[in-house]
Amino acid sequence: MSASMNATRRNVLRGMMGGAAVSVGLPFLDCFLNTNGTALASGAPLPVAFSTFFWGCGLNPGRWEPKTIGANYDMNIESAALQPFKSRINVLSGFKVFLDGKGARPHFTGEMAILTGDVPREQPNYASLDSIVADTIGTRTRFRSLEVTGTGKPTDSLSRRSASVSNPAEISPAALYTRVFGPDFTDPNAADFKPDPRVMVRRSVLSGVTDQREALLKQVGVNDRQRLDEYFTAVRQLEQQLDLQLQKPAPLEACSKSAQPTDAEIGTEIDNVVANHKLFAQILAHAVACDQTHVTNIVFGEATSPLRRPGVAMTHHISTHEEPMDPVLGYQPNATYFMVRIVESLAFYLQTLDSIKEGDGTLLDRTLMLAHSETGFAKVHSLENIPMFIAGGAGGRIKTGMHIQAKGEPVTRVGLTIQQALGVPVDSWGTMSLATSKPISEILV
Amino acid sequence: MVMSKSPTRFFGALGFVAAIALTGCGPKDDAPVTKGGPVSLRRLTEPEYRQIVADVFGTTIKVPGRFEPDVRDNGLIAVGTSRESVAGTGLEEYDLTARGIAAQVVDDAHRTTLVPCTPAKANDRDDACATKFIARTGRMLFRRPMTQDELQTQVKDAGEAASKLGNFYTGLEMSVGAMLVSPQFLFRQEASEADPDNAGQRRLDAYSKASRLSFFLWDTTPDADLLEAAQKGDLDTDAGIAKQVDRMTNSPRLASGVRAFFSDMLGFDGFVSLAKDPQIYPKYSSQVSVDAQEQTLRTLTDLLVTNNGDYRDIFTTRKTYLTRLLGSVYGVPVMTSTGWEPHEYAENDPRAGILTEISFVSLHSHPGRSSPTIRGKALRQVFLCQKVPDPPGNVNFNLVNDTKNPAFHTARSRLGAHINQPTCAGCHKIMDPVGLAMENFDSAGGFRTTENDVAIETNGEIDGMKFSDAIGFTKAVHDHPAVPVCLVNRLYAFGTGRAGTKDEAEWLNYQTKQFVNSGYKVPELMRRIASSKAFYRISTPGTDANNATLSMAGTSTQTEAVK
Repeated sequence: MSASMNATRRNVLRGMMGGAAVSVGLPFLDCFLNTNGTALASGAPLPVAFSTFFWGCGLNPGRWEPKTIGANYDMNIESAALQPFKSRINVLSGFKVFLDGKGARPHFTGEMAILTGDVPREQPNYASLDSIVADTIGTRTRFRSLEVTGTGKPTDSLSRRSASVSNPAEISPAALYTRVFGPDFTDPNAADFKPDPRVMVRRSVLSGVTDQREALLKQVGVNDRQRLDEYFTAVRQLEQQLDLQLQKPAPLEACSKSAQPTDAEIGTEIDNVVANHKLFAQILAHAVACDQTHVTNIVFGEATSPLRRPGVAMTHHISTHEEPMDPVLGYQPNATYFMVRIVESLAFYLQTLDSIKEGDGTLLDRTLMLAHSETGFAKVHSLENIPMFIAGGAGGRIKTGMHIQAKGEPVTRVGLTIQQALGVPVDSWGTMSLATSKPISEILV
Repeated sequence: MVMSKSPTRFFGALGFVAAIALTGCGPKDDAPVTKGGPVSLRRLTEPEYRQIVADVFGTTIKVPGRFEPDVRDNGLIAVGTSRESVAGTGLEEYDLTARGIAAQVVDDAHRTTLVPCTPAKANDRDDACATKFIARTGRMLFRRPMTQDELQTQVKDAGEAASKLGNFYTGLEMSVGAMLVSPQFLFRQEASEADPDNAGQRRLDAYSKASRLSFFLWDTTPDADLLEAAQKGDLDTDAGIAKQVDRMTNSPRLASGVRAFFSDMLGFDGFVSLAKDPQIYPKYSSQVSVDAQEQTLRTLTDLLVTNNGDYRDIFTTRKTYLTRLLGSVYGVPVMTSTGWEPHEYAENDPRAGILTEISFVSLHSHPGRSSPTIRGKALRQVFLCQKVPDPPGNVNFNLVNDTKNPAFHTARSRLGAHINQPTCAGCHKIMDPVGLAMENFDSAGGFRTTENDVAIETNGEIDGMKFSDAIGFTKAVHDHPAVPVCLVNRLYAFGTGRAGTKDEAEWLNYQTKQFVNSGYKVPELMRRIASSKAFYRISTPGTDANNATLSMAGTSTQTEAVK
């Protein structure tokens, strides 16, 4: 008990420091950095970034987890693409979802348990992990968070602010680019800065909308009051975006626009999904480097993975269920083909973050990434041993390079660990049997 | 649509008389009394938003940008809108769209028609002229007169913007942009007032009634006539409501309401992200999917509105409309090179009714092959309002796949294992046979008689009714007793933005009987719902103990009652 209280106090302090660094808008030039590039010379750390990478239909049990436990592990066959980053990754195996007698909804229950700490009967009940984290580390940026999905459906976003608000995903890299680096982008490194009078007027007109808040809230019941409040939170964010457009931003040496993308065909054909993912990864990395957001969420493909190869009738998802096990190989070759492509795409994302240099370190060093699926063995919709990876240095807030093997403990331990590492003042998380107050202390600094 | 010189106008007039009798102007209203539901707060759907902009500012205004996706609840987006709010990302998109619209409203091409006055000076504020424009526009966008406070805020903001940016019209542009992202516009927020006829109870105010009516029947914001009826207090009387219902159900715009309802019920929003493998289905394209939806909507409005036909015939009608592009998928020559022409499937054609059209079979399939399970599930959920449970966790799919003998040529042979395994059979036996009946239609809507060179069998049964092929199957669906029950429930939910409650089961039952007795006429059913007291009744807090949403069990009880 006392240990977790201490952890909370420590984390609150961390969170405040993180927040303070952002709120005063310190310029992150090299001359302000300490020698290893992980903190400002003043001692305040660079803002930490959080990212999620989700894919559907898991990996094959026994083929993705390292064979050894603890430090100095080697990646297994299906995770081989991640081997170059192994010292900056924690592999998390053996975590499971408890249902408490509620039915499992295939390809839904797992992602909900990992991201909201809850197994909903119908609709999600709680905010997702990234939204909780964004409320601590992302409140002073232009975008509270940015969501993308690779398989073409804006509804395939797992990021939600509450039961009633989900953050829709961008499906087009070109659209995302325009949103982040289009006309409303203020280049922090530009020589001159002149606030746009139209933006000033828009800002002032928007307060007219906010002024109606009290009058409108009075007219509705409790549930609708909450929904209207969520709307006004969104207005507040829009006001903040305009405020930021009216201020000269601090220069950021690592900031540059990503290249103007040309979308591959948006859909489910694997080569196109991979091509668009690469564009998304670059835009998101540059968006974080330019301090436009601290939280990014990638759904590589929706949970019932619709990835497909041209001319092959069975999608990734259907293959996991209906493709025969190859008696010699011991796995389903077509389903496994997609799994390998997915892990390679995750590796590309890590590489992209690592290619952005900030002082002696890289963007990956101040990122905490949760990469995960929603099922252990997709063939049987298993909710045990769901593949999860934590990657990046989180600005020195976590230790990496370990294979953590849980013995059937709740997946919520991962979410709790992330929240505590990122300064969310919380000492337990999850509902019913998913409730836990045990972070993965081995990886917390 | 009821044509002015067709015999259906006569029928419409009869319906009007019946509606008055139902709503209490006649000797007795024998509909069961309900407790009503909550005052609702619904986010506009994308089609509603687009239609409103066209109605308020004209069809030449383009609506740029994209929208936050809608969610589906109890089978309908209309119900989901009562749960939705707006996320930061969503508001960004609304803001972009609003700015794009506002700029067009005041541009040279539109200001002369949309702004009712000329400012004293074009480069400065003119509060009198701004007030005229904003009050008029705001009344249509907010679906009620603006409050003094709202009006003053907008006029002040428009004035300050005009002064600062040196342009009267830019001031108006800023104001329109703000109104289009305001909660008063984006949410249909209903209001209640004390009910003078029932002490201690509350009733929906007249403007909220106007909105319910207008979105239900026309899928858009109330027009000038309806707002005036609300202002004069007409909508507080049964006769006043009946008069508006009569006007609106006799208008060609009723077809818009019918189309909106069926687009929602049939899940056509799913087409946005529907993809087919072009190597397997080279004829399928995004234009095919657009035409396929329009084909079904034309089939429906032609049958149900223009011809005032029997709702159940949507499953069996041989009359439809085709474009040349659709003709290429159906293997039918189409003479018109652009546009639509009527088509009648031949007597021996394997297709009849909307279940055999591309819109249904392609929407409920995988990208590279059909899915009897998904189609069966869709039929039960969409047209019979039945819930099919999700499969359990930790299912061993080895049962479905004999790994040593992977030569399953047809879906029937692949799915056979479902039926033979007790853990799967419970649910699959209610989905698979239904979907297998449609196996002659591939994932892109093309007709086939074999799969992997093995003949497809389409015989089966649905809830005790046997059939040998898709035509027999559509006849069985036509006669399924849950069909009318489901439609009545869905239409009521579409209008009220919530699923019916257990308390309302008896009323829904009563409406279903009326619907059946009237020959399954949909416009008549919409008229009855829109004229009923239940449609507008709101619950008094503390008395709605029995407000649990109708479950599948509730719907089947009604099915029993109708049998």
